[in-house]
Amino acid sequence: MASPIEQFNIKTLIPLDFAGIDASFTNASAFMVGAVVLASGFMVVAMRERALVPGRMQSMAEMAYEFVASTVRDNVGEEGMKFFPLVFSLFMFVLLCNLLGMVPGSFTVTSQLVVTAALALLVIGIVIIYGLWQHGLGFLKLFVPDVPPVLLPLMIPIEIVSFLARPLTLSVRLFANMLAGHIALKIFAGFVASLLAAGAWGIIAPLPLLLTTALTALEVLVAVLQAYVFAVLTSVYLSDAVHGGHH
Amino acid sequence: MDPVIGKAIGAGLACLGMAGTALGLGNLFGQFLSGALRNPSAADSQRGTLLLGFALTEALGIFSLLVALLILFVL
Repeated sequence: MASPIEQFNIKTLIPLDFAGIDASFTNASAFMVGAVVLASGFMVVAMRERALVPGRMQSMAEMAYEFVASTVRDNVGEEGMKFFPLVFSLFMFVLLCNLLGMVPGSFTVTSQLVVTAALALLVIGIVIIYGLWQHGLGFLKLFVPDVPPVLLPLMIPIEIVSFLARPLTLSVRLFANMLAGHIALKIFAGFVASLLAAGAWGIIAPLPLLLTTALTALEVLVAVLQAYVFAVLTSVYLSDAVHGGHH
Repeated sequence: MDPVIGKAIGAGLACLGMAGTALGLGNLFGQFLSGALRNPSAADSQRGTLLLGFALTEALGIFSLLVALLILFVL
């Protein structure tokens, strides 16, 4: 049986080299381009008619829009809607990368830590820059919770560490979910092959096959859910930047 | 001791962290169910929060699985 982590190998499709930096076009890049093309193509084609009574495609596009818009409105408030394009792009990109990864034999871009870390650093960078730009040093009040002053020497380091852990947990959550899910699928699919090769035991081979089917359904749920969680957490973090230290 | 054995034991121990996730998920859905049975009309509006909590809790169990995989394949 092939190793379960073989599916995450990055293969170079078009070798590129900029002054010693390996910038090759890989299968990961291809799937990222695919996700972006699918997402923008879907929105453009679906909204082409701009009908007052939406058809099927337009309904789907409007539902996606409304879903993310209500997430941003609930977590940041009306003044956070200027970040809606960011959150919507992140949501659609992560969602399509996750779902493209569920196609058998394809490559899951979000199972690469470097991709999710780049997305998380983008979010945290925007939070810090916008927070400092909007509130100046008052943004640092974020680290001073509303507790009796005696507790402050303890609470401030905790708040700082929890703030610094945000990009870490944001990226590792998405990465680990996709990685573990695909490894589990591969391992259970491997059971089918090894049972079929084991003579009389082949009779129970359908059992892991059923489990793989059920796991695939769960993984599709997880793929959508993790995109949603990424969008929600992005809006929660942006809310800190918009409202400063006042919770 | 053979380092391969130590790796296997370590990976097994790392997976014990999933027990905490199991407690958390059981608690999460149990509390939701008991709340939903008391006030079924309010249950639907909280389904998003439930799924968010599910994803956040489940991620921690996957972190321990990740540590196990790192021990097995990377270390």
